[in-house]
Amino acid sequence: MTWKQVFTSSVGKKLVMGFTGIFLVLFLIVHVGLNACIWAAAYDPNDQGEMFNKAAHFMGSNVLPRILEIGLFAGFFLHIFQGYLLTLENRKKRSIGYAVAYADGSKWYSRSMAILGTLLLMFLVMHIYHFWTPSRLGGIGNIQPLAEVEYNGVMHHNLYAEMRNVFVGNTLIVALYVLACGSLAYHLLHGFSSAFKTLGIHNKKISGLINCVGVGFAIIVPLLFALMPLSFYFGWIN
Amino acid sequence: MLNSKIPAGNLEKKWEDYKGHCKLVNPANKRKLEVIVVGTGLAGASAAASLGELGYKVKAFCFQDSPRRAHSIAAQGGINAAKNYQNDGDSVFRLFYDTIKGGDYRAREANVHRLAEVSVNIIDQCVAQGVPFAREYGGLLSNRSFGGTQVQRTFYAAGQTGQQLLIGAYQALERQVALGNVKMYSRHEMLEVVKIDGKARGIIARDLVSGNLEKHFGHAVLLCTGGYGNVFYLSTNAMGSNVTAAWKAHRQGALFSNPCFTQIHPTCIPVSGDHQSKLTLMSESLRNDGRIWVPKNLNETRKAVDIPEEERDYYLERRYPAFGNLVPRDVASRAAKERCDAGYGVGTSKQAVYLDYAAAIERYGKIEVGKQGIENASKETIIALGKEVVKEKYGNLFDMYAKITGEDPYEVPMRIYPAVHYTMGGLWVDYELQTTVPGLYALGEANFSDHGANRLGASALMQGLADGYFVIPYTIGNYLADEIYSKGVDTNHPAFEEAEKAVLARIEKLMSIKGTQTVESFHKRLGKIIWDKCGMARNAEGLKQAIAEVQALKKEFWSDVRIPGEINEMNPELDKANRVADFIELGELMCIDALNRNESCGGHFREEYQTEDGEALRDDENFMYVASWEFKGEHNWELHKEELKYEVIKPSQRNYK
Amino acid sequence: MEHYNMNLNLKVWRQKNKNTKGAFKMYRVENISSEMSFLEMFDVLNEQLIKDGDDPVTFDHDCREGICGSCSMYINGKPHGPWQANTTCQLHMRAFKDGDTIVVEPWRADAFPVIKDLMVDRSAFDRIIQAGGFISVNTGNAVDGNTLPIEKQKADDAFAAAMCIGCGACVAACKNSSAMLFLSAKVSHLALLPQGAPERTTRVQNMVAQMDKEGFGSCTNTGACEATCPKEISITNIARLNSEYIAASFAD
Repeated sequence: MTWKQVFTSSVGKKLVMGFTGIFLVLFLIVHVGLNACIWAAAYDPNDQGEMFNKAAHFMGSNVLPRILEIGLFAGFFLHIFQGYLLTLENRKKRSIGYAVAYADGSKWYSRSMAILGTLLLMFLVMHIYHFWTPSRLGGIGNIQPLAEVEYNGVMHHNLYAEMRNVFVGNTLIVALYVLACGSLAYHLLHGFSSAFKTLGIHNKKISGLINCVGVGFAIIVPLLFALMPLSFYFGWIN
Repeated sequence: MLNSKIPAGNLEKKWEDYKGHCKLVNPANKRKLEVIVVGTGLAGASAAASLGELGYKVKAFCFQDSPRRAHSIAAQGGINAAKNYQNDGDSVFRLFYDTIKGGDYRAREANVHRLAEVSVNIIDQCVAQGVPFAREYGGLLSNRSFGGTQVQRTFYAAGQTGQQLLIGAYQALERQVALGNVKMYSRHEMLEVVKIDGKARGIIARDLVSGNLEKHFGHAVLLCTGGYGNVFYLSTNAMGSNVTAAWKAHRQGALFSNPCFTQIHPTCIPVSGDHQSKLTLMSESLRNDGRIWVPKNLNETRKAVDIPEEERDYYLERRYPAFGNLVPRDVASRAAKERCDAGYGVGTSKQAVYLDYAAAIERYGKIEVGKQGIENASKETIIALGKEVVKEKYGNLFDMYAKITGEDPYEVPMRIYPAVHYTMGGLWVDYELQTTVPGLYALGEANFSDHGANRLGASALMQGLADGYFVIPYTIGNYLADEIYSKGVDTNHPAFEEAEKAVLARIEKLMSIKGTQTVESFHKRLGKIIWDKCGMARNAEGLKQAIAEVQALKKEFWSDVRIPGEINEMNPELDKANRVADFIELGELMCIDALNRNESCGGHFREEYQTEDGEALRDDENFMYVASWEFKGEHNWELHKEELKYEVIKPSQRNYK
Repeated sequence: MEHYNMNLNLKVWRQKNKNTKGAFKMYRVENISSEMSFLEMFDVLNEQLIKDGDDPVTFDHDCREGICGSCSMYINGKPHGPWQANTTCQLHMRAFKDGDTIVVEPWRADAFPVIKDLMVDRSAFDRIIQAGGFISVNTGNAVDGNTLPIEKQKADDAFAAAMCIGCGACVAACKNSSAMLFLSAKVSHLALLPQGAPERTTRVQNMVAQMDKEGFGSCTNTGACEATCPKEISITNIARLNSEYIAASFAD
């Protein structure tokens, strides 16, 4: 079996979804951990986003994360592209649908991964526009660069301040962010354990563990993400 | 006229000698020889696969949508083999002996001995194919006991042994399909055997989807089409199981043997009403642990659990202390009927007896308590633990019972009643499984050969696979070796044309009747006649009536049946009409055969011939023969007798007391 | 168990053959006993239709004891109807009550074209088995059955997978019309046994390729198949198939 045959088969296509899905899960861990630094400001009034900005600076200036970032975009692209492809393909396998749908056998979010994913994709565009574009592309053309702040003589993008700009007083944006975190939660609720099944984990003990971790992950990570805009919005951090 | 072609020599050497001396076909010639296999149950699938492996060009036919659905799949209990893995004294001879005795001395010694010999190979073959038989913790194969024997020789896969064996054979068959050695025709029904110069040369089959007739040539034709239990309408057979293929062969000159030998299985779920379309078997293995009883009082109205121990009649244990609840099927069935007829039956219909697991649950519970070292266990604990054990062993059967009846068998005794399950009679075949038509073979339940007047539990699967895997691959070569000179016949040959015309004429006739009664209603009426008068107990008076009634029914059928739809489309009513028409003819022959056999033996119980305590009374002097009937025309058959010679076993009155 | 009779409305898919368009038709059946099986209720309907000069409803059925896998009705939005771990033929009318309207549809998947009414063509399953769902052992090659001890747990797991009756409910239930549960049950059955080892690599490759060719969708682990499977085949088998496939994809 050639690699081409592997990755064009139905199982192979799912493998791509599983691999990229797990890669994106890893990204989420890094992303949520790094962003959690904003709450340093809640404990240390002098922090003013310093910890977060430094962490973001590290990610932005170090070569390894920059390479990984390319991988990240590739991962996103594959996951999204393949996801849509599979959804369309699968839909074509039943030209005449049922009069009464079978709803009890599976969870609604398991059946709605494409819709949840689409919501996430729309969010992603907005999210990139809010933070990634000014940070990475600021100064190019008409794009406004981010404000900078100096720590120990080194200039850092003040992403913390940018978050404050985006979220404070912007009810709609905050609501969209929270909604997106809800989509993410349900997407992960199915996606996390499904990815491991696709990768062939069938030992009952291990898959049981993965299911538990998956549920925890799907609740905790999106919850933390959702708390970030809310923290700014409600002034829990300034 | 009947030459059974049993090889000379010692019984235990016959098969070996035969294999050593039968003619062979060289591989180059095998490729040119075409074999038609009708039916893809255990016998058919195993035969088609094995012949395909040998290099013959095989065409296999089944009426189901896939060969995997043949009714062998429904066998629950297990498959016997003389492996003696349990060290309990089993041997080829003992399996042979038990089968002959269980069959009430109406089977051929040589065939049965061969069956016992190859039984061991079947298990090996199936294990190699990946059939997941039950295993012990040490990883070796597990055995259980079954009705009518005193050794543990039954291999099983939970309550789905038939399914697993059939899937094994089906996979072997599909492998040959993939290799191009077998061409599979599903949703096809055989409607005629084509004979040229006295030899079977092909079949006419109907594509059930398009309704078109097709002509297929074969140097030999194998009928592996199962039994005819559906002549009773209600039976444990599948809805589609039919006698049509065998009956067509019979009308083309193949003799039909012992049609009255039908097996009534003792442990089935009772009939619940007029709407009933089929009966469901509960594996005989349930008799290993369950106790069968009826109330001692006539007109008992209390619930089973309220009837105290001393007012229960464990009639099998009472009548047959040595075998108790494990007596052979015919004995157990008759005993149940006797009690119900005497008015002790239970349930709303009074046509049922109890199969009680309370004692077994308690016994297993106590063992568990001992194992787990629980002291002063309460009754509830014992019962709860016992239920766990019973669930483990019989869970799927109990679930099935609960689904069908809506009752919980863990709490209340199950109600059971005998039902038609298997037919020992069938096409007459010689030692090579060839019918009286050269080139036409019958395998598995479709032939009459191995079970005499009654089949032991777990022997049907054994016979089907023995015939298909290990007998026909040798014996067909002996015939086909002389056929290498005969080129394939063009299906435009006049014999094919004529046969096709005749089949079409019959179908057109059926469709043109346009009467008022449905096929199903005729089938029900036929079933009732046969069940009432040629069922568990028969008498001359009733049989004579039955013959007249069936003849009248036939006339009515051919003048008043209503079949909707068209010929050239999927038309299940037409398929059914074809089958029921043949069942009606067979029903008449069954009654004729039962009337002719003035004795009781195995599944054939003539009320006039019984011992003082109601056991079957054989007449070896006058009836130790295979009654083989030759079709002579409408309502007309000629009897041919094949004497049964017992050289090794001395027939005796069966005694399970 | 209390028995009762009921009158029902049936909304049944009628389609003359695979080339014509089908439509739902309403029927009424009366005095249906709660003790009848679902198919016996259809028998009553058909007898009625024949008497009225109509064409009876065609559906696949054979053993009527839940093991042959023939029956295939999609009843009120679930393959094989409302009961769990059950086939249509074992569904009994006490699952319904007087006045109910029951919607009956055929399996819907392009890989299972409708032949007539509620009867579909499932021969794709046979072709998937032909692609590798077997152990290549010719008759007569076998060694003694006890030569090869098999761990009881593995034998039991293999049996649990081998219990598949090939009815196609998994495909009918799956939103993707995927045959993965069917396929994985066979791959697992044979992969768990040492006898199946020599063909392990090619088996999974060929069977997946055949499934794709037949036009089934791909699995998205929704679990609808497992939930509707009359034999409770575990979705774990799909994960095992995936691992077999990954291993096979690295094989030379």
